[in-house]
Amino acid sequence: MMNMLKIGMFVSYVFIALTGNAQATANVLIKTVSDKIDRVNNYEANGKMKTNVTFLKVPESTVKIYFKKPNKLKIKNEKGISFVPKGAVSINLSNIINGSKYTALDAGADMIANTKVRVIKLLPEDDNADVVLSTVYIDEANQVIRKAKTTTRENGSYQLEMTYGKYIAYGLPDKIIFTFNTKDYKLPKGVTFDFDDGTAVKKTTPDNLKKNQGMAEIIFDSYIINKGVPDTVF
Amino acid sequence: MLTLLRIELFKISRRPRTYIAFAAIAAIVFIFQFAFKADGENYMNLMLQSVKDTFEFEKVRAINGYFMCYIILNTLLIQVPILVALIAADSISGEANMGTLRLLISKPISRTQLILVKFAAATIFTILLLLWMAITSLVFSLLIFGADDMLIFRSKGDESQILLISRDDVIWRYLAAFAYATVALTVIAALSLFLSIFAENSIGPIIATVCIVIVCTIISNINVPIIDKNVKPFLFTSYLVGWKGFFYIATDSEGIPIKGSIENWPAIRNSLGILLLHIGGLVAASVIVFKKKDILS
Amino acid sequence: MSSIISVSNLSKQFKDTSAVNGLSFTVNEGDVYGFLGQNGAGKSTTIRMLLSLVAPTRGEINIFGKKLSTHRSEILRRVGAVIEKPDLYKYLSAYDNLSIFARLSGMKVTRQLLMKQLQMVGLGERADSKVRTFSQGMKQRLGIAVALVHDPALIILDEPTNGLDPQGIADMRNLIVRLRSELGKTVLISSHLLSEIEVIANRMIIIHKGQKMVEGNVAELLDPAHSLIQVETNDNETAKEKLKQTQWAAYLQEGSQLRLMMNKDAVPRLINDLVALNVQLLSINSSHSLENYFLSLTTLPGNVDPFAN
Repeated sequence: MMNMLKIGMFVSYVFIALTGNAQATANVLIKTVSDKIDRVNNYEANGKMKTNVTFLKVPESTVKIYFKKPNKLKIKNEKGISFVPKGAVSINLSNIINGSKYTALDAGADMIANTKVRVIKLLPEDDNADVVLSTVYIDEANQVIRKAKTTTRENGSYQLEMTYGKYIAYGLPDKIIFTFNTKDYKLPKGVTFDFDDGTAVKKTTPDNLKKNQGMAEIIFDSYIINKGVPDTVF
Repeated sequence: MLTLLRIELFKISRRPRTYIAFAAIAAIVFIFQFAFKADGENYMNLMLQSVKDTFEFEKVRAINGYFMCYIILNTLLIQVPILVALIAADSISGEANMGTLRLLISKPISRTQLILVKFAAATIFTILLLLWMAITSLVFSLLIFGADDMLIFRSKGDESQILLISRDDVIWRYLAAFAYATVALTVIAALSLFLSIFAENSIGPIIATVCIVIVCTIISNINVPIIDKNVKPFLFTSYLVGWKGFFYIATDSEGIPIKGSIENWPAIRNSLGILLLHIGGLVAASVIVFKKKDILS
Repeated sequence: MSSIISVSNLSKQFKDTSAVNGLSFTVNEGDVYGFLGQNGAGKSTTIRMLLSLVAPTRGEINIFGKKLSTHRSEILRRVGAVIEKPDLYKYLSAYDNLSIFARLSGMKVTRQLLMKQLQMVGLGERADSKVRTFSQGMKQRLGIAVALVHDPALIILDEPTNGLDPQGIADMRNLIVRLRSELGKTVLISSHLLSEIEVIANRMIIIHKGQKMVEGNVAELLDPAHSLIQVETNDNETAKEKLKQTQWAAYLQEGSQLRLMMNKDAVPRLINDLVALNVQLLSINSSHSLENYFLSLTTLPGNVDPFAN
């Protein structure tokens, strides 16, 4: 019985030590990344947005992306109309890691496109928060997030994949691929008399997207960082 | 022949009923524009209800001139056949009713000429009606709502789609759509003209035309496989909405619309062919029947 | 004197009704030719066939020496007509109506010419009024203007006095007389009133049930001395053939019955000749004058003309 208790205590100790250590590592890494992101108070970026959703056939659009701390983000199509995925506000990375209080857990290492990354799981402390779990893949060498997966209670899962270039020093990506959940689009019955040209529905969803998943890709051309963004744009 | 056509157009231009069609179109278009100016957002909310949680979208910009014109045409092109019938169905029966037909026929003009001229006049009226529609629904809408990218809501089989066409890729589609609609409505004109040969007042052929259009449209919209395959291809009403084909933009492998493209040109071409065959058939039948007809009225 | 209209063996069958049956007649240049028959006798159907509104089932129509079926436009260019009511475009002015039909007749119109025409029928001051505001008499006058505007050689008037007041009827009669005497036009006028035909026509035909009853000069036909003598023999056809070889041929009337339009005083001579020709005479009836005869037709039942008023 005593032995059993000792073993139990040992296991608990090791677990606490290990998890505590993992948590500490994760927290440090998150803090580093977060500090880097924090240096950007606001930005205005030009980019191109492409959307890939089964029911949505929209052309690539030229967009302006505005950001202001702590979590204001706006994607604007100056010349036309764009469908901006609602979850896309989470491409504001600080939203993910600074959004609310969470427990960070180191979940080991992984590789993304030949880059070694550390996988960290973020568990929100608020049990009622919409976000259930976020997993971030951090490029330790460059102190940037390469990938983030967020699972929500209400709105399914999001995934962000980032590629960095010139603005890596600010932790700002050159390209973001945002994968999100969509519902089926249904037109209200009887509002259109459509021309039935006899063709089958063309499948345009890439194979890597599951049914009811959509994808938006933003390629950033240039950023104007910390030069101020008026509140009126949001 | 040209003199005859001029006379025919002169007569149409002097009839008050001609302007009913133009006034009706202007009224419907104005009501649409007013309604959308006042409460277009609600319409957008309705159309986008199932994706409103997923996407952010600038509804106000979406309610632009191009979109308005599409919405108006979508509704109006179902009613316009009645307006075309109002004039075309009167072609022969109206003359019979007035008693002027016997005077016309006793003049040195052939019956073939008379039918062809009546058909040409009805076609010109149809073109003018569509031109008026273009002015009111497209030009006026652009003036009121401005130009922007154009949104198309489309049902395709069991699926619904939202298409977005760049604003610089729209005008040619409207030109093509109006040209197509002219052909489609000319079928109605030819049908009305044909029916008008048999009647001695214009009410009968107007009602008959409208009934045929309504019944065929209903059948064209019944989604039962046996009707889809065996009946729909033979109904001209299945092709009346073919103008929309010009707005069904083709997409690349990633679902991105290709500028200047049409998803299914062969389908539109075939529809046009079928409509033209209908016109040819109906006009030929009109000539044959009318040539043999004893003018008793 | 050349023939303007020559109709031979003309028939029109409407489904199971025979409207016109084997009708033949000739209208000569300068005639005012009265086309007399009760309502439904086939007058309107015949006139419609003359104007190519109705296609004949059988028979041939020649106008101006040309076949109507092959020279339609050429012939109609020289014909003016008022068919039943002078129906015109009510929503147009008198001037516009006249202009339209003049142009349809192949004319190059000028305002001066059209106004002159309107003034001729007394509508000069109402040239720009809509036809819907016109009285029946005014419409009739405009109809006449339309029929005459292109200066046709042949004028066909179908019951032109229908619906007119006494003054209108008198005006119409004067106009027709003028058309013949001053302008040398040939006029075919239909009517169901013998009294009307009698005052304006020089030649006439009476048709009944689509068939010709009598045709000839009005003066002769209406001569009180002339009677329609109906002869009944044991074989009318043979008797008719035999009479055709004699002086009586000129008095023989067409139709299945054996009838002669002749002076009553000559009846005994006719009987003698029939006996000499070996014809067995059953009866002879000479009680009808043309007027009585026509009146007797109008009391007969049975309308075969679909245009009967």
